[in-house]
Amino acid sequence: MGDVRLMKGNEVIAEAAIRCGCDGYFGYPITPQSEIMETLMIRKPEDETGMVVLQAESEVAAINMVYGGASCGKKVMTSSSSPGISLKAEGITYLAGAELPALIVNIVRGGPGLGTIQPAQSDYFQAVKGGGHGDYKLIVLAPASVQEMNDFVDLGFELSFKYLNPAMILSDGVIGQMMEKVELSDYKPRWTDEEIEKISGSWATNGKKAGGERNISTSLDLDSAKQEVFNHKLQAKYRAMEENDVRFEKIACDDADYLFVAYGSSARICQKSVELAREKGIKVGLLRPITLFPYPTKQIQEMLGQVKGILSVEMSAGQMVEDVRLAVEGKVPVEHFGRYGGIIPTPEEVVEALEEKILGK
Amino acid sequence: MTEEIIIAGFGGQGVLSMGKILAYSGIMQDQEVSWMPSYGPEMRGGTANVTVILSDDRISSPVLKKFDTAIILNQQSMDKFEADIKPGGTLLYDPNGITRHPEREDINIFKIPGAALAAEMGNPKTFNMIILGGFLNVKPIVKIENVKKGLEKSLPERHHKLIPLNIEAIQKGIDSVENVQVL
Repeated sequence: MGDVRLMKGNEVIAEAAIRCGCDGYFGYPITPQSEIMETLMIRKPEDETGMVVLQAESEVAAINMVYGGASCGKKVMTSSSSPGISLKAEGITYLAGAELPALIVNIVRGGPGLGTIQPAQSDYFQAVKGGGHGDYKLIVLAPASVQEMNDFVDLGFELSFKYLNPAMILSDGVIGQMMEKVELSDYKPRWTDEEIEKISGSWATNGKKAGGERNISTSLDLDSAKQEVFNHKLQAKYRAMEENDVRFEKIACDDADYLFVAYGSSARICQKSVELAREKGIKVGLLRPITLFPYPTKQIQEMLGQVKGILSVEMSAGQMVEDVRLAVEGKVPVEHFGRYGGIIPTPEEVVEALEEKILGK
Repeated sequence: MTEEIIIAGFGGQGVLSMGKILAYSGIMQDQEVSWMPSYGPEMRGGTANVTVILSDDRISSPVLKKFDTAIILNQQSMDKFEADIKPGGTLLYDPNGITRHPEREDINIFKIPGAALAAEMGNPKTFNMIILGGFLNVKPIVKIENVKKGLEKSLPERHHKLIPLNIEAIQKGIDSVENVQVL
């Protein structure tokens, strides 16, 4: 076994960033994710790996620093919580529009507005459907454990460089604030200038090479015909993500008559609800989307011959349930259960909701 | 084996760090662990609680409504969590400051005079380790040597000189539990 520790999800994001060879973190503090930057500041990775950690003057500045770093082919990231991500939304769509890789972490809190500092999952629409303007998609990863907070930092960078598209880790105060056993990743060195040239030389703006063309990092094209062609390219990229990079987990689905669909901390709660419901003789399974975009639509559809009803469980008023319904196309009943505004549902409440809304008791 | 525990009391009593040491001790014996605090705009003197789970298997929900064991260190927590102990489960409490003693008849109940013993030891900061000792008497789910390793892992090196005092406090707790109601 490697380096096993007891750590908070937020602390692990910071540690994983250092270990995966991240070049720079630019952020602005907000509860419940401030431990990410605090941990980085305490660890001082600049002395160790050369990674830059900078508290910007605002969220808007931070995301534009990310744009700058990403344009140079660097592995750069930022983190925030809901209201801060709204402030970053403009920069995020610019990153998508300029086809730049970057990692954005959202440790969601209850909203709307300044809302509360307690956990929620009410930023699903913002992460998956847009948030910023224009036809763009983020690669959205939803960790359900502190271990996945570690693993998805590296995975997020890997996917974002694979597709030249920003990736988001969408988590919440439960996973961010809780401690679990985690096996930290081994250190990977930061890319050298030569490696960056090899990996990203075709687009990174690291200076004009003798005899070569200039690379330009922009999301602007005033020629509509060209802009449409560019949009076709983006859409083809999103379809490729749907084809190749859907991630999900199935728990107790083999003999399930009913299904929970839940991600992140709600999926953890539903795992317990599966145990409790099965003690009562209700055969329910759990399908946990790990990528929220691309969404495991096909995997939900594959369950339709088997299950008689689906309960989508989220800490929101009902956002992901729309994607479950799109997948199901009315073939079986789909209902939503959620607590929100910073309230975490108990496993017992979820079982009651299953009985009431799906079993019709 | 899965043990689902809530530890609840005042901020400043060492509730969260006691949970952390217990969780680290679980890791030292290769168990899965989770530590989920109530977090919020809380401060010294406010209420604090943490859900700690130790298990030989993958842990499902870190957020729970029902517990195998409740370790209760003030009246507010007694009022809030006594009802949430599973039938046949365990309640361990410090009677200091408790005005309404537990009333459940379907659980095991134990008392430990943690505050009084800490005062006796001349160091109020040993309070949470005395309580942890009390818990380990009632539910010996982690071995003392693993608690010691857990302390080594969770305390910064400059505090390692305090480990013997903490072990002494844990031992005092182990020796000072009083049975109130054993099913």
